[in-house]
Amino acid sequence: MKLWLQGSPGGFYDKMNKQMATYIQENMTDIIAEWQQMMRDEKDEPSFQVMSEEMVNQTSREFAGLMTSSLLESHQVYENRLQDFAEKVVRLGWSITFMTKAIDHFAEIVYEGMRDAGTIHPNNMDGFIHEFANWATPIRNSMIDTYSKTWERTVSLQKIALQELSASLIPVFDKVSVMPLVGTIDTERAKLIMENLLDGVVKHRAEVVLLDITGVPVVDTMVAHHIIQAADAVRLVGAKCMLVGIRPEIAQTIVTLGINLNDFTTTSTLQRGVEQALAWTNRKIVEVEEV
Amino acid sequence: MSDQSSVEILTEWDIVAARQLGRNVAKELGFGTVDQARITTAISELARNIYLYAGQGRIEIQQLTENGMKGILIIAADSGPGIPDVRKVMEDGFTTSGGLGAGLPGVKRLMDDFKIETIQGEGTDIRATKWLR
Repeated sequence: MKLWLQGSPGGFYDKMNKQMATYIQENMTDIIAEWQQMMRDEKDEPSFQVMSEEMVNQTSREFAGLMTSSLLESHQVYENRLQDFAEKVVRLGWSITFMTKAIDHFAEIVYEGMRDAGTIHPNNMDGFIHEFANWATPIRNSMIDTYSKTWERTVSLQKIALQELSASLIPVFDKVSVMPLVGTIDTERAKLIMENLLDGVVKHRAEVVLLDITGVPVVDTMVAHHIIQAADAVRLVGAKCMLVGIRPEIAQTIVTLGINLNDFTTTSTLQRGVEQALAWTNRKIVEVEEV
Repeated sequence: MSDQSSVEILTEWDIVAARQLGRNVAKELGFGTVDQARITTAISELARNIYLYAGQGRIEIQQLTENGMKGILIIAADSGPGIPDVRKVMEDGFTTSGGLGAGLPGVKRLMDDFKIETIQGEGTDIRATKWLR
């Protein structure tokens, strides 16, 4: 035993790999059937139930092919296949737990099959256990890697999408601009709001800016603080800031919290805010008779 | 009798998760929109305090039933530095972070019961209850 573990094990392990691959190829149909059964028995995993029979079979074959490929083909070929497959299952919406179970079950079936067939016996068991671990671990790692990369990409894309959504200053009339705020305001967004607000005021030569908080779910002291700071800054660049879209329940919590918005002109709706802003700039909207 | 669930506070976005959990429980219990806003705002303040001052901690939301009354209990627990002077932080306008200083006294006013236990160097445990009327 010690001799081949310490010596050059390459040849020995290669032989084991070949034995494993041969066993899988010879018993492919049975292995896939058993594996599918095991995966179907997994509770709380709808991945298999929601897929068509044909899809399940096709994906299973691809999975088995991948598992064999890792034993036989060159590293590069296998890496590409693994990448493709991982991306596919991520798209299919298979959970990462499901995927790791899939790998474990597959290895388990092959191991038990080879033991029952007599290929694995007490004398070479240690070597095979070692080899099975070497086989499954890299696959599992690459799977996890692909999953997390996909998630990271999604998160960063959503972050960009969120930034695009947040805080643009819209000129609605000459000298009057509106900034609609939608969603949660965190520190990062608060900074963005401040920057866009000030840039916009200067760029559009706005005299009145309406901050619309209709779409802000919670106004706590931090949000209020950011709004107050933004308004102060707007005042410094020579414009007036108005807070509009204060819902009744928000008005009550602001009062209970004891936040002082006395320096602000506030209105319940954007419409009233626009009317007020026009009045400040000596204008108003009138109905005209049809000619 | 109580049902509970909790959110770990590690990042700023966990505050949103805690708030969402509180809002759902409050809605389920039958609180009106004004009380829902009060409860979520209180959770927001407490969670933000954890995030700002303790770094990490936990917000726990429990449903309460007592003497035929239903209510919601918010527990904000952390193992942060603790609060040196509780009387001071309960004063309006006191702040160490340049904020408005309305957080904790505000939470007390938003909720019906408010208890705070803090040991310097060991952490803080705040419990706030709102009863359904």
